[in-house]
Amino acid sequence: MSATQPEVSRKLGAAGRLNEWVNARFPLQKLLAEHITEYYASKNLNFWYGFGVLSMFVLVIMIVSGIFLTMSYKPSATEAFASVEYIMRDVEYGWLIRYIHSTGASAFFVVVYLHMFRALLYGSYKKPRELVWILGMLIYLALMAEAFFGYMLPWGQMSYWGAQVIISLFGALPLIGEPLVEWIRGDFFISDITLNRFFALHVIALPLVLVFLVVLHIIALHEVGSSSPDGVEIKENKDARGVPVDGVAFHPYHTYKDVVYITIFLILFSLVVFFAPTAGGFFLETANFDPADPLVTPEAIHPVWYFTPFYAILRAVPDKLGGVILMGAAVMVLFFLPWLDRCKVKSIRYRGWQYKVALGLFAVSFVVLGWLGLMPATGFYLILTQIFTVIYFAFFLFMPIYTSMEKTKPVPERVVYHA
Amino acid sequence: MTDDTDNRRRHFLGVATGVMGLVGVGFVAYPFLASWRPSARAMALGAPVEINVGRLEIGGLLKVEWRGTPVWVLRRSQDMLETLTMPEVVSGLRDPESRQSEQPEYARNTHRSVREEFLVLIGSCTHLGCAPLERFEVAPADLGPDWRGGFFCPCHGSTFDLAGRVYSGVPAPTNLVVPPYTFTDDNTIVVGLDTEV
Repeated sequence: MSATQPEVSRKLGAAGRLNEWVNARFPLQKLLAEHITEYYASKNLNFWYGFGVLSMFVLVIMIVSGIFLTMSYKPSATEAFASVEYIMRDVEYGWLIRYIHSTGASAFFVVVYLHMFRALLYGSYKKPRELVWILGMLIYLALMAEAFFGYMLPWGQMSYWGAQVIISLFGALPLIGEPLVEWIRGDFFISDITLNRFFALHVIALPLVLVFLVVLHIIALHEVGSSSPDGVEIKENKDARGVPVDGVAFHPYHTYKDVVYITIFLILFSLVVFFAPTAGGFFLETANFDPADPLVTPEAIHPVWYFTPFYAILRAVPDKLGGVILMGAAVMVLFFLPWLDRCKVKSIRYRGWQYKVALGLFAVSFVVLGWLGLMPATGFYLILTQIFTVIYFAFFLFMPIYTSMEKTKPVPERVVYHA
Repeated sequence: MTDDTDNRRRHFLGVATGVMGLVGVGFVAYPFLASWRPSARAMALGAPVEINVGRLEIGGLLKVEWRGTPVWVLRRSQDMLETLTMPEVVSGLRDPESRQSEQPEYARNTHRSVREEFLVLIGSCTHLGCAPLERFEVAPADLGPDWRGGFFCPCHGSTFDLAGRVYSGVPAPTNLVVPPYTFTDDNTIVVGLDTEV
């Protein structure tokens, strides 16, 4: 072996020799093969499967635009608001970088919500993908924290009062509540100290956690393999080379298709960035164009659209601790999805009417709660909020019952095309 | 390759090292967690503030900042004080005796203050910290014919009477908080210092 080695090397060009040198020291080729060129995913993945790649793409957009914003932003109560205006008016292309970052925040939640809905459609959380789901949920939690801290940084009225509302949620806990709130704020009120520490969490702590969790999410996914719209496990049907017959390599097949998704995404993203960066107060709330004032509360306080479903649930109960517990439960219950769903069939294509109806109602309740979270919590709106909160929780609480009653259709052996 | 390893000893040493390491991590974590508590400067800036109430008109509300939160001083008229014992007001309150609410002992009474005339409150809703609005008029259209004056939170609709006592059926769980305060003379209130009883 060692005698022929130099001869082989001589035949290689400079690039080939470098490649060989690297791979003797770092498993580059092996990593690329395992995760990209020889990672097989079902050949009939539809557009719903594009939102994972898009989430990663948005993460990159956020990290890059965020780094550049950090260069001009000042995390101090006296300077923060003015420094954001400085970015918008005086920094070359500062407006573009900031609008990319602010639009990216909403885009992140759009693609992540659709990515999660895909999992609900095709049972991507089911055995053996429970850990993929749980890691994904942890990413979602980290993302919510990241978005909350980021929203505080411009130090506008909504930044300030939104933070005031969210932080005081912890004050509802018995006994430890008030000291905990003081510890989080680092002051007797939301001040420069709070802003400074939330800045640190937003630009370094949570991004590190997010990237780490994304790596774990993908390692777990690549261990068990991607699901398919038919709920067929492509690994169960391999050819002589050990390649799944219904699978195609992630690269080039899925990556080239994903380029199309990214292009479509960028078209829509650019339309918002250039023509409607505030999205009519949905992505950047109007009240946030006033500097933070601890003595004046804005007319109505509500979070950005991606938190409003949970905010509506918080307000559904006329009791502080009860509302906080219910809101926490609304997020946490998602972690248990793999065990609440008793149906063996993964894909909605072959599941019974019970799950189809339940999922439809759940999706409607999530959207309606999102709208109600923007409305005042009084009278008719409050009753609607309570009705849809019940529907939201019913989806999970009755899941073990209705999913075990489902009459499912036979799942095919091989993936099929629904052209 | 004779196996003369003392596995029990090895296991004990491993666990002992791990436990000691954890204790060390605990000790190192403490200063980092403690660094999040209000700093000496934050404590100093939270020092008491003096309010001159001598020129406050009857029925007038004065707003000052203390520890970054709004402190309100309301100089109640005789009419306003009378509403505090009206049955239609008291029967609608969640905590009329201020049992579950936060206030110094010397302000746990019907008028929730040291001197009847002056009401001192933290102007921040006990629900989620919004600033309630002063609505001292009687029976306005939006608050109904039973309204005898008080505070209304625009965020989530909590209502309070003229002693900051919360009405039942609203999201705020307790009465508005009374901060520690004391009169140093007839016209001066110091917020942040307790009244000696």
